[in-house]
Amino acid sequence: MVESVNNTPILLVNGRIIDPANGIDQNGSLLLENGRVSRLFFGKKLSAPRGTRKFDVGGKWVIPGLIDMHVHLREPGEEYKETIASGTRAAAAGGFTAVACMPNTKPFNDSWAVTAQILSKARNCSAKVYPVGAISKFGRGETLAEYGEMKEAGVVAISDDGCPVENSQLMRRALEYSSHFKLLVISHSEEKTLSHLGVMNEGYQSTRLGLRGIPRVAEEIMIYRDLSLAEYTGQPIHIAHVSTRESVSLIRRAKERGCKITAETAPHYFTLTDEAVDSYDTMAKMNPPLRSPDDIAAIKEGLADGTLDVIATDHAPHSTLDKDLEFDLAANGIIGLETAVPLALNLVREGTIDATRFVELLSSNPARLLGVEGGTLRVGGPADVVVIDPDKDFVYTEDQVVSKSKNSPFLDWHMRGKAVLTIKDGEITYSDS
Amino acid sequence: MDSEYRFIHKHILSLEDLSVADIELILQTADSLKEISTRSIKKVPTLRGKTVISLFFEPSTRTRLSFEIAAKRMSADTFNISVALSSTTKGESLIDTAKNLAAMKPDVIIFRHSCSGSPRLLSKHIKASVINAGDGTHEHPSQGLLDLMTVREKKGDINGLRVAIIGDIAHSRVAHSNIIGFSKMGAEVVVCGPKTLLPAAVERLGAKVAATVEDAVSGADVVMTLRIQHERQKDPLLPSLREYANYFGITPKIMKKAKPDAIIMHPGPINRGVELDPELADGKQSVIIDQVTNGVAVRMALLYLIMGGD
Repeated sequence: MVESVNNTPILLVNGRIIDPANGIDQNGSLLLENGRVSRLFFGKKLSAPRGTRKFDVGGKWVIPGLIDMHVHLREPGEEYKETIASGTRAAAAGGFTAVACMPNTKPFNDSWAVTAQILSKARNCSAKVYPVGAISKFGRGETLAEYGEMKEAGVVAISDDGCPVENSQLMRRALEYSSHFKLLVISHSEEKTLSHLGVMNEGYQSTRLGLRGIPRVAEEIMIYRDLSLAEYTGQPIHIAHVSTRESVSLIRRAKERGCKITAETAPHYFTLTDEAVDSYDTMAKMNPPLRSPDDIAAIKEGLADGTLDVIATDHAPHSTLDKDLEFDLAANGIIGLETAVPLALNLVREGTIDATRFVELLSSNPARLLGVEGGTLRVGGPADVVVIDPDKDFVYTEDQVVSKSKNSPFLDWHMRGKAVLTIKDGEITYSDS
Repeated sequence: MDSEYRFIHKHILSLEDLSVADIELILQTADSLKEISTRSIKKVPTLRGKTVISLFFEPSTRTRLSFEIAAKRMSADTFNISVALSSTTKGESLIDTAKNLAAMKPDVIIFRHSCSGSPRLLSKHIKASVINAGDGTHEHPSQGLLDLMTVREKKGDINGLRVAIIGDIAHSRVAHSNIIGFSKMGAEVVVCGPKTLLPAAVERLGAKVAATVEDAVSGADVVMTLRIQHERQKDPLLPSLREYANYFGITPKIMKKAKPDAIIMHPGPINRGVELDPELADGKQSVIIDQVTNGVAVRMALLYLIMGGD
């Protein structure tokens, strides 16, 4: 839904401008011209150029466009679930101006050619697309993919997301070799011999439902390995979708002793527990699985104290063909781009984080970790901006889902707060009207 | 029975779903229907004109035959669909199978499947009643009910009994239904098995975990052993069946710890000499064959009640 306005200047008047990178959190106005942030005004009467589109955003937040560093766009290969076009439309509707897409497409994004194909499809889409390349060829965990060529083609990080790197030697070599190309290694940390055949969190609920459990240690052991390798090699590593208390604790202690480890979690890991699986609801099936209230508490502490750096959605579109099945056979994952803002705003409302931290977690930090533009409203930077109405009430119904797939456990939830205007490079990509 | 009470269940998916009053009614109904199987003409017209389909995605001899006999003794028309002949081998989804079966207007589907929760999925897509005949490692409600019936028959009352369940608790849907059923009816349920075969948080289902088989069996009124299902195990769970038999098998020596009038149960099929000493399986404490007889009565009661009998 790119509403082309041919670089018409846009003026956002009297919003709460929050830009942690520049220490700003005050009411003001923002002028966007020629795809760039051109001026910030605080309390001054301003004169905008002729033909400027003016939006009164009183009572709303004006913040850097959100950046989701963990999505699955399914193209190439599984366009029946999502395309780059539909996924970026969902991103814009959720307030995101950029997404980093994981390599588990068909074919796997383990070469410059696939990267180039993704980027050519991403042109003129509703959000910037930053491909994440594979750690290993075919995601098989055996040999290194060609990081140099992929970097040149446009990847911003590497990961074998969905196919965890089991071979520790390969992970070590990936950390070492990627350093030459300044590519962040993102680890889906999972010890597969422990999670083997599991379909939900191991605990009372898995026993009650007779479903095979995934013990929390499957995640924690691999995070411990990954941070040990990061420390040993002196290279940074980023841990994807953290879901347990002990994972948060391991990362916190590693950071305290100076390990270059960063980490993300997803909104469902601080919103839902394994009780959501209750009647074999496949919308509650994901990997890592939904855990316990105690894990939720730890993840919130981690988001508040800086242990966790990023909220990413792990947007994982699946059609009814993959989800309307026996629980054991259903695919892992849920869509998340359109529900991240209200779910993360719950953390602000309950006092877990403040608005500044919200912007860091969803915009500034992912920009910094991936080394991409955005994440700030500095004058001269790209006009990637989102206006959030923190009090807008809505019910998230299937009809409004923008993503091509509707696999969300949050359907029919009463939500509060959403993106009402998303602007990418000075063009409106989403407007809630 | 409370005059307010009505049996409201359309499907029998788990014992978790059933109240104490539901279970009481099922057991009373089964007690009264049991007599039909002792007649020379073993048939009543109660379910004449009703269509009962058995849809089994896992092998079964006993359960399937038991349901079929139950349905036939009540004059229902019965049909069997086995995995090999089913359209799922052509790649049809369970929901499509359900829709196609529904189009032929059956009244009851007896359903067994290796995926836990699949009877619930089926029930959402079909008008017929669904009876779970065993789903994955979740539940096997008719087995749980026939076990309750057998214990009640032998002991009079379930409330206050001590029931020891020994063996592979983690992979046994029978154990799962029995833990729920017996604790719901007021028994003390104690489980024991190698730690590799105990599911997470089993205490919250209502069972106590005993440290040793001797502890579990001590003072028990009922000792239930479970089949070691080596076909389902892809984990390193046990070193050998021989070692299992040595440390967890029920032997005459261990049975001395139980009450003198304790009964021995097994859902079958038995691995003789592994989980249960052959002498005990055929001994006077064994009620294993009574369990099978009662299975028919319980299944008659379930068919009768879900089709609105009163």
